[in-house]
Amino acid sequence: MIISKKGVSFRWLRPFNTLNIGLILVVILVGLALLAPLLSPFDPNIQNIQERLLAPDSQHWFGTDRFGRDLFSRVLYGARPTLILVSLVILLTVPIGLAIGIFAGYFGGWVERILMRLTDIVMSLPSLVIALALVSILGPGLMNGALALAFTSWPSFARQARTETLAIRNSDYLSAAKMQGITGFRLIFGHILPLILPSAIVRAALNLGGIILAAAGLGFLGMGIQPPAAEWGSMVASGSRVIFDQWWVAAVPGVAILLASLAFNLLGDGLRDKMDPRHDK
Amino acid sequence: MNQLELKKVSVSHVQGLQSNTVVHDIDLTVEAGECFGLVGPSGCGKSSLLWVLAGLNPHWEGEITLFGQPLESGKIFTGDRRRRVQMVFQDPYASLHPKHRLRRTLAEPLKLLGLSDINDRISEGFKQVGLTENMIDRYPHQLSGGQRQRVAIIRALLLEPKLLLLDEPTSALDMSVQAEILNLLNELKANHDLTMIMVSHDPDVIDYMCDHAVTMKAGRIDQEKRYV
Repeated sequence: MIISKKGVSFRWLRPFNTLNIGLILVVILVGLALLAPLLSPFDPNIQNIQERLLAPDSQHWFGTDRFGRDLFSRVLYGARPTLILVSLVILLTVPIGLAIGIFAGYFGGWVERILMRLTDIVMSLPSLVIALALVSILGPGLMNGALALAFTSWPSFARQARTETLAIRNSDYLSAAKMQGITGFRLIFGHILPLILPSAIVRAALNLGGIILAAAGLGFLGMGIQPPAAEWGSMVASGSRVIFDQWWVAAVPGVAILLASLAFNLLGDGLRDKMDPRHDK
Repeated sequence: MNQLELKKVSVSHVQGLQSNTVVHDIDLTVEAGECFGLVGPSGCGKSSLLWVLAGLNPHWEGEITLFGQPLESGKIFTGDRRRRVQMVFQDPYASLHPKHRLRRTLAEPLKLLGLSDINDRISEGFKQVGLTENMIDRYPHQLSGGQRQRVAIIRALLLEPKLLLLDEPTSALDMSVQAEILNLLNELKANHDLTMIMVSHDPDVIDYMCDHAVTMKAGRIDQEKRYV
């Protein structure tokens, strides 16, 4: 890593790398979501028609929406469904993707063909369209939104896990383990998984930003968590009606989405730089 | 007594739905307690033959008798036979799991076998190969090549094998370490009542280590250079 150029030292910038900035932003985001009841000055769901569509001022830091609800409080509370949905999607996709990829790579033959063609099929589906279709079948809501997004986002994990499993399948240390009587699930979970997991975590962190955007997209289209609960996507949607006169109503949750997505992208990028030897600097 | 007898054995590599025969019509006999050498240029099939004997490649034809019992083609080794045939691999940098501490690598198979005094056995093994016990909880990348190869030798010996397969065990090491490892193997062979099969492309190593040897060429035993 170049830390100085033309005699000017940039050493003091070193702690401000992508990983640390992403990590700090994510910690702040999670902290705000957890402490929302303590930090928010108003109840996010109380309507006050006299104070509707106020510009940001000292009392309502981010202004109010068209029902007179405090936008600062609503943005804080809106972090919760977003983070829950994102965590659910990751918890569903990573294990499924890893299991399918590792089994395909390890067993090969027909198992691999069937699993990977299945992966190809799901990968070729347009994810947001399928998510919308699933949500309209299952009904809108947090869990259904997570299921719908998870359904189309596991293939990338499966492909990566398969490639990496193929690369180590014939390695000497796995052959040695087999010769020592270690087989089956013990070999897969104890010996293969620890080598596949780091890059899966990196990929998960990189995917999180996209999942936040997809979650906001679902909310924007009214397919996420239902009103009156605060959710960034639906807040942008309701603000877009007054975007020319009261731009902050849409802009505030929009910036929240942007920052959350950016935080996870930075975290993912930083993790990749740190953990993936192929991107070693 | 013959530990191992091969009659008209051929070996195939199966990849997907394709099969490629790389070793043809091997006849050989290995007696108990001897070191048997397989010599030949790279690509002659000596490693492929060894992987069959290791039970890692079940795609072979012919007759193999191991420890007096016939092997069945197409089947992997299980039970006692799995335990009694062990191997030391060519590349010490690739034969130890990079994310496992040595203790785990060495202890896991013993736990599976339900043996007692596992830690004592491991420390005893470390002493035998001349490593200090404070290395037991290290990761492989914290060791040198020679040290790793010693760990790989302990790993094989902890299962108390009768047949030890050596796949060019010193070719990745520098000269002085090579000699140490070869002497160690000779010593262990005498102490543990081992039969060894050693693959090498270096005739000097074979000369130094082995009682009998055959030369392989293009997947067959080179009859003219069969110095049994």
